[in-house]
Amino acid sequence: MADEVVLLDTWVSMFGMRVRIALAEKGVNYEYKEENLRDKSPLLLQMNPIHKKIPVLIHNGKPITESAIIVQYIDEVWNEKSPILPSDPYQRAQARFWVDYIDKKIYATWRETWLSEGEEHETRRKEFISIFKQLEEALGDNPFYGGDTFGFVDLGLIPFYCWFYTFETYGHFKMEEECPKLIAWAKRCMQRESVSKSLPDEKKVFDFAEAIHKELQSK
Amino acid sequence: MAKSEVKLIGKWSSPYAMRVKIALNIKSLQYELFEETLNPKSHFLLQFNPVYGKVPVLIHHDRPICESLVIVEYIDETWSTGPSILPSDPYDRALARFWAAYIDDKWFPSMKNIVIVEGEEERKPYFEVLEEVVERMEDAFGKCSKGKPFFAGERVGFLDIAFGSFLGWLSLIEHIYERKLLVEAKAPALVKWAERFAADPAVKGLIPEIDKLVEIFKPLQIKWRAAIGKK
Repeated sequence: MADEVVLLDTWVSMFGMRVRIALAEKGVNYEYKEENLRDKSPLLLQMNPIHKKIPVLIHNGKPITESAIIVQYIDEVWNEKSPILPSDPYQRAQARFWVDYIDKKIYATWRETWLSEGEEHETRRKEFISIFKQLEEALGDNPFYGGDTFGFVDLGLIPFYCWFYTFETYGHFKMEEECPKLIAWAKRCMQRESVSKSLPDEKKVFDFAEAIHKELQSK
Repeated sequence: MAKSEVKLIGKWSSPYAMRVKIALNIKSLQYELFEETLNPKSHFLLQFNPVYGKVPVLIHHDRPICESLVIVEYIDETWSTGPSILPSDPYDRALARFWAAYIDDKWFPSMKNIVIVEGEEERKPYFEVLEEVVERMEDAFGKCSKGKPFFAGERVGFLDIAFGSFLGWLSLIEHIYERKLLVEAKAPALVKWAERFAADPAVKGLIPEIDKLVEIFKPLQIKWRAAIGKK
């Protein structure tokens, strides 16, 4: 029986990108459906009634939601090639820990930084940069978070790379100056076809963010 | 296995530490428990959890693992010959992980806010979140358990642990604010599940007694309110 795989996503979502990369790594054919989050499709509402968010993977009619959970699912189902999580339980625990850290910290702090002003903005901004410094420290001198190979944490973090330009512009900092090792790591990841094909252009991401920002400011 | 091979930095009142204890019990593992006071945080804790400085921390062969659900999965994968904690089917695993993440996202933050805010009107929206969680978990129980006693089936598993670890605190909130959340009228299956969970050999004695939680309630409320004030 042929697998039917559908991905509900939006082009600019870092979380959706994770799933695209994972599916590409495994060579899985799938149907991509672009969602308009201001006018959510009946399919999205049916498949993710709890959170009503993307990405949603629909595998043979059954939905899987939450990007980190989807990626683990993909790794477990299409397990004959390109492992995403390491095989050793301790390394797996470390990988899950760091993806969880990314999920707890980056997006929420970004929003706080982006939408605040004055002293509040300055505090959040510093906090935001420190998150990436922490992640750079966790990388150490390894080429990837997975050690020698691209893995779960690399996949979990790299989608934020196409947002760096936006982060830098609104956050008034240069990632290259603050976290040079992280930039080197990101460029290494971008050499992978699964990654470069899954991430949109950073300027397009910035235009998108700028439009949203203007809209929020005018309210 | 030598007891000192596995260490746990925990706290009797922490639902997150309880999750790890249940998992260790399921696998019949001996471990050395370090009771953390968190006031101040011990050097030991900060050394092994430099990122968050929180309990629980599992230390196995002198290597730390942090975050309760990450630890539970680690225990399941490392001691794979014991009873399974996560389901074997990938889809069921994804569902269990989804609901556990949902609990962590919704339950504790709402409970904490109920304690922090002042006045019934301020608490109302958070109680509504908890009521919605109960309703959703009642529904999830039907789908996940498939007629069996626990979310995981015949035995206590991942989602039972994730949700059940909050039962002590749930009782405390119900008691302090005189408002029942886990009631037969709204969640008949969950009420029965909670009884089975509390009585399970892996869980027995781990749910903190309500009298002890009442004792720490006021100091905790002061501490949490002060932290918000500082922020």
